[in-house]
Amino acid sequence: MRQRHTHAQRRSSVARRDLPFRVAIRGRRQHNQGVKIAVCVKQIPDPANPGRLDADGKTLARDEKLILDESDSYGVEMALQLAEAAGGEVVLVSMSPTGEVGGIRTALAMGADAAVIISDDALAGSDALGTAKVLAAALRRTQPDLILTATESTDGYTGTVPAQIAELLSLPSVTFAKSVEVGSDGLLVRRQAEYGYDEVACPLPAVVSVTAGVVEPRYPSFRGIMAAKSKPTEMLTLAGLGLEPSEVGWTGARQRIIDVSPVPERGGGEICEDDGTGHERIVALLEELKVL
Amino acid sequence: MNTEAQLSHAARSGATLSPSPHDFLGIDSLLSEEELLLRSTVRRYVEERILPHVADWYEQGTLPAREIASDLGRLGLLGMQLSGFGCADSSATAYGLACLELEAGDSGVRSFMSVQGALAMFPIWAYGSDEQRERWLAQMATGEAIGCFALTEPDSGSDPASMRTTARRDGSDWLLNGTKLWITNGSVADVAVVWAQSEDGVRGFLVPAGTPGFAASDIPRKLSLRASVTSELSLVNVRLPADAALPGVAGMRGPLSCLTEARFGIAFGAVGAARTCYETALQYSGERNQFGGPISRFQLTQQKLVEMMIGVQRGMLLALHLAKLKDAGRISPAQVSFGKLDNVRMALEAARSARSVLGANGITLDYPIMRHMNNLETVITYEGTHEIHTLVLGQALTKQSAFG
Repeated sequence: MRQRHTHAQRRSSVARRDLPFRVAIRGRRQHNQGVKIAVCVKQIPDPANPGRLDADGKTLARDEKLILDESDSYGVEMALQLAEAAGGEVVLVSMSPTGEVGGIRTALAMGADAAVIISDDALAGSDALGTAKVLAAALRRTQPDLILTATESTDGYTGTVPAQIAELLSLPSVTFAKSVEVGSDGLLVRRQAEYGYDEVACPLPAVVSVTAGVVEPRYPSFRGIMAAKSKPTEMLTLAGLGLEPSEVGWTGARQRIIDVSPVPERGGGEICEDDGTGHERIVALLEELKVL
Repeated sequence: MNTEAQLSHAARSGATLSPSPHDFLGIDSLLSEEELLLRSTVRRYVEERILPHVADWYEQGTLPAREIASDLGRLGLLGMQLSGFGCADSSATAYGLACLELEAGDSGVRSFMSVQGALAMFPIWAYGSDEQRERWLAQMATGEAIGCFALTEPDSGSDPASMRTTARRDGSDWLLNGTKLWITNGSVADVAVVWAQSEDGVRGFLVPAGTPGFAASDIPRKLSLRASVTSELSLVNVRLPADAALPGVAGMRGPLSCLTEARFGIAFGAVGAARTCYETALQYSGERNQFGGPISRFQLTQQKLVEMMIGVQRGMLLALHLAKLKDAGRISPAQVSFGKLDNVRMALEAARSARSVLGANGITLDYPIMRHMNNLETVITYEGTHEIHTLVLGQALTKQSAFG
């Protein structure tokens, strides 16, 4: 249950459901262990480059160097801030079919403590649900107190993985967070909405997707860059997670890509000669676009 | 602006038939994964935090020095080539790449890093007492404290041994008198490393800002390095305790060793300025239409682009080679002179050539060209003029000194 409000700050809460792992943050903090935050991150082809399709013409080619999806850097930053404030650790969880780790190193260089990477040839072609299954299985092993994700990846844009992970783990799901506070009895999330924000209280563990732009991701420091390579990085296969190849990849995908076609070229736009009334046309155009 | 992935792609496809205009020789393949990540990080910092503002800073003749100091401190670039005291003990290549990317933004920002790390922190690290190191280095590495280096005087430039600033013993204290000119970061510095003639030859002194008799004023009306603080320092009976002197060095070797450190960074930095000019000209020439098509199709324009590209690539190979020598502990000051001389000359030629490709647009602050070109007129003069470096090399070849 959540409540919408613009100015007043009213609390609502997400009911605690049957949790597969229950780690009371209060207990952890009493033992001075701090909070364990997992951040799901994705490595994508650099969006600054023109994308290419694989030979089959159905998926984005990922054979070049991959970088950390910028939209994930906000979750990483938020996790680092939470871990710095409350004490604790930040673990990255990422699916990397090709075994590429360059983008994950960037997040480690920002300050994350460790990474769990699932790499397996059978992962190629995984749809959003397949991805969520893999990440959920890895998260089940990692046992975090809090799971942060981006709201969506910059190359796939399905925006469904965070909620799917929560469902698979039977955890509360809070989406579009603009701020997250870890309290002694759970989370307080401000959730971005068109009308302002919702304030959602929620027990831990929980899956929270973080809106891009809500924090300023730090630049990796040079020392962080040098330290990244020696941070614990666990490489897992599907078998290591107890998953069958048939559940993921092309075979497990419930989505079929029928066709991929280029975006139609944009037209030349409207050129109007200014005969002294040009400003009227501009005003009319802005009104048509509903920006006035 | 090209991206890491493009560069990397270029590096991987270096052996194919179509080299990338941004890394024609596939030089990126010589860099480690850490070096590439450092480079892309500093490049992103420059694109996000420096480039949106630098034209305004330049026009107004200002630099937000405190902010830049704390940014560069957080990035871990200040004194990165030193060890201990929060410094990262980086390779010479990593240090050089940071200089390159900062100077691709503006020579003033790279100058800030050079002065802080190579000219102020280095002498404290190399020649300072434990107390001096403890007091200054850690906070200079974070950018909390800013340093400057005071060697040049109004009448003592290429011939620093002729300096008139003196340090006299007065009981156990020192009394400093003199004037220093063209001091980068002078008026914003928390500590000045002042070089002065003493009875034991030239000595270095740490002069904290605010010491009575010590004053800094900025040099107005500069037409170059405008996004950089350049000051005149005046020392009138500045009384310093005995422990203000750097105990580890006496003679011109002290300041000259600092300059060798800084010049090494310039050999890389100049490649950054040249790269920006080249890439700006390359892009502009493809978009600027005259006589019914892009000017990049003209032979004269292509020749300019090719010469610029060759200069940038050759300069990069030179800088990386010097870094290898430096890391191996086998670099000589004359070899650093080679790098500073040739790469700054190359960069200035690239800037002038790029300016001509951009025509009238090249003279505005809407494009980075004229800013770089004006900056490089300073860079070719400071830290050893082009002429002096030529004579250093001449002396190395002939064993005859043509100066002094």
